[in-house]
Amino acid sequence: MAPILCMKGITKRFPGVLANDHIDLEVEEGEIHALLGENGAGKTTLMNILYGLYQLQEGEIYFQGRPIRVSSPHEAISLGIGMVHQHFMLIPVFTVTDNIILGLKSPRGLILDTEQAAQRILELSKQYGLDVDPKAYVWQLSVGLQQRVEIVKALYRGAKLLILDEPTSVLTPQETRELFGILRSLAQQGTSIIFISHKLNEVMAISDRTTVLRDGRVVDTVLTKETTPSQLARMMVGREVILQVERPPAQRGEPALVVENLRALNDKGLPALAGLSLQVHRGEILGIAGVDGNGQSELAEVLTGLRKATSGRILVKGQDLCNRSPATFIRAGVACVPQDRKQTGSIAEFSLAENVILGSHEDPPFARHGVLNWNAITGYANRLIKDFDVRTPSADIKAKSLSGGNLQKLILAREVSRAHDILIAVQPTRGLDVGAIEFVYHRLLRERQRGTAILLISTELDEVLSLSDRIAVIYEGRIVGEMAAEDAVVEEIGLLMAGVTRDSSHTFETMQEQAG
Amino acid sequence: MTRQLFEKRQQPHGTFANILLIFLSILLALIVGAGLIAMAGVGPIEAYRALFYGAFGRVYGLVDTLVKGTPLLLAGLGLAIAFKASVWNVGAEGQIYMGALAAVWVGLNVSGVPTWIHLPLALLAGAIGGGLWALIPGLLKAYLKVNEVIVSLMLNYIAILFVSWLVHGPMEEPGGFMPQTPRVAKTAQLPLLFPPTRLHAGVLVALGATLLVYFMLFHTSLGYRIRAVGANPKAARFGGIEVERSIVLVMFLSGTLAGLAGANEVLGIHYRLLDGISPGYGFTAMVVALLGKLHPLGVVAASYLFASLTVGADMMQKIVHVPIALSRVIQGLVVLCVLGTDILLMYDFVPLRRSRQEPAGESVGEET
Repeated sequence: MAPILCMKGITKRFPGVLANDHIDLEVEEGEIHALLGENGAGKTTLMNILYGLYQLQEGEIYFQGRPIRVSSPHEAISLGIGMVHQHFMLIPVFTVTDNIILGLKSPRGLILDTEQAAQRILELSKQYGLDVDPKAYVWQLSVGLQQRVEIVKALYRGAKLLILDEPTSVLTPQETRELFGILRSLAQQGTSIIFISHKLNEVMAISDRTTVLRDGRVVDTVLTKETTPSQLARMMVGREVILQVERPPAQRGEPALVVENLRALNDKGLPALAGLSLQVHRGEILGIAGVDGNGQSELAEVLTGLRKATSGRILVKGQDLCNRSPATFIRAGVACVPQDRKQTGSIAEFSLAENVILGSHEDPPFARHGVLNWNAITGYANRLIKDFDVRTPSADIKAKSLSGGNLQKLILAREVSRAHDILIAVQPTRGLDVGAIEFVYHRLLRERQRGTAILLISTELDEVLSLSDRIAVIYEGRIVGEMAAEDAVVEEIGLLMAGVTRDSSHTFETMQEQAG
Repeated sequence: MTRQLFEKRQQPHGTFANILLIFLSILLALIVGAGLIAMAGVGPIEAYRALFYGAFGRVYGLVDTLVKGTPLLLAGLGLAIAFKASVWNVGAEGQIYMGALAAVWVGLNVSGVPTWIHLPLALLAGAIGGGLWALIPGLLKAYLKVNEVIVSLMLNYIAILFVSWLVHGPMEEPGGFMPQTPRVAKTAQLPLLFPPTRLHAGVLVALGATLLVYFMLFHTSLGYRIRAVGANPKAARFGGIEVERSIVLVMFLSGTLAGLAGANEVLGIHYRLLDGISPGYGFTAMVVALLGKLHPLGVVAASYLFASLTVGADMMQKIVHVPIALSRVIQGLVVLCVLGTDILLMYDFVPLRRSRQEPAGESVGEET
């Protein structure tokens, strides 16, 4: 088989980020090729370049043997490249047929020929087992069916290569299995498919070959049947060890944070936490390892009162705070460095001084009887800026003008400088340079020496390995394994991250059986 | 490649540039307006002289500007608070009417108390009347996620027509011919500051409210919460701020100030409730709040600027026969120019900056 697509040396820079760094990718005709990587690894950027949404800065693209330059999605479609986005581009009040022919020229000039189009849609639907009713209104369809409408839309426009961006993130397991059946049928009849995902078991179940991306570079392209989930996991998360952390022995105290059988839903209403339990003691760091999207963000949100749990208990120093307000958690001594420092951790339009009192803006000495004491606030802000080495001309500038590393230091400073016994740090070093990472590590360890109970949630396996006293692995909303740091074996963690537990059979194999 | 004239700045320009730009924008609006006046067959300079004379040139005009600007200021302050919290209260007009109603009710039905009790009580009633009316969209938004724009807008008509029904029926002056209530007690009236001019103590109430709102927004933890919720509700929630409660509170405060504007009109000018006590102050106040950049001091400037344009337009019509409609056009131009040139604060004018970097061209002013 000849490659239908060949991307060579693709490079794309955004201000401050090298999103794609000389990426090579080859897709054979009739192949299902998985593009695997963490969020931010560069998968979506690469596909947006191929689909004409971004312009590449270096590199070449060959499609069906000819060099191409895609400057718009319109051009991509006319070449035979189709894309199904994570968020569907359908108009709910239109029928399936209307949605599919939207933007196409009618063969009969000004007169729409929906009958003929509907006929063709029905044929396509039958040919690939899509089961799409051309007369149905989109709002009547389930999410899974809407996705199929998107697939038909691409096929109707003559797609030879179909890009699916995280297609299963919105699907139930049943719908996922059906989608996999459709993808196989498409591939068998000659359509090539690029399947973007960060879920290992799905990649194992559906793809012929897998290309793993990390930090904008290709780690490797492997034949899926010759690899294992743990090998893939290792490739995805294995950031080179850039820092050797000196970790003094832990002074482990009583448990400060106890989570029991916690359940919660994600934003799409699907289960994100499925009976999760853990314990963090004073003076230790419990690291949560896992592939992104296995409930880490939801866990942090439930543990700070930002998300409602459907059941379970959260004992903070013995008191159940489950489903209490964020203010209650703050007052109980739970500090948190959130995953999203710009959206959640800080207020861009506020000055640094205003940002450092977020959460203690009602408390003395910053406020007395509801009146702010600006002298105290500015003095405090200046102290934190100095102690945490935040590079800024003054405490009066707005938070939005700080670099990521400096903003993270400011948030860390705020959280550990108020009374607290528990610190939850979510992806505390994502996107930071080495210097800032080292600073954050140093501060987290200092917190540990002070006797704080620290829950470190990170998808950087090496970060978890080098900082934690105990390591717990999260998979599909549950802790599937826990071990002391000195007993940790990377291969075993890799397997657990991939959902393979010692006592259960390989999840991806069951999936393969059900789908095939 | 074409040479770029403007380049995006890392940090927007500071306060001084901001204020300078506002003045230049107003000037720009007046220049464009001059063109329109000329097209209407009148000499622009002559017309503007009449406008200026009308608004500031005589005691009567000056007083009128202050009297007309006061309700705009009060309602504008309330809207500035709401908009700062990203709560889109467009119901100030209705809140003005409900405030006026409550104030008049106290003015009519409480008697035998001295002014220093009766007047504050009537003002307070007006504030609470407006505040309670604003609570309806506030509560619906906070706890049922109902769009506050639609609810507060619709409540305007309900309030206006409700007041109209009252003055035509239940509250109509016995034996009177006009659809209006009896006069409120002398003790509930805002005293005149310089009789016989119409200037009443309401202007002092409004200026006092300005200082209070300024202090509240920037020097209290309540103001901090309001600004945090407006700037980033997600981070505010993370920081322990109860976003829903803040929204309700903000709506109430916003309505309170609009209600005070209503009380100001009935206790300071008409001394009674009647149809059409507000010629759309609640809507103009939205423009005033935006024009004042949601800053209390900016709202003061914007409200009296707008009032002066309205008052001056009368004189412009009388002396040089420029249609009043044109003055509305000029008001619109002012808003358009001030808000439209805002984007310039985010950019550097490249030729200017280049020369600034050279040692000889240190003085920026020379370059223009």
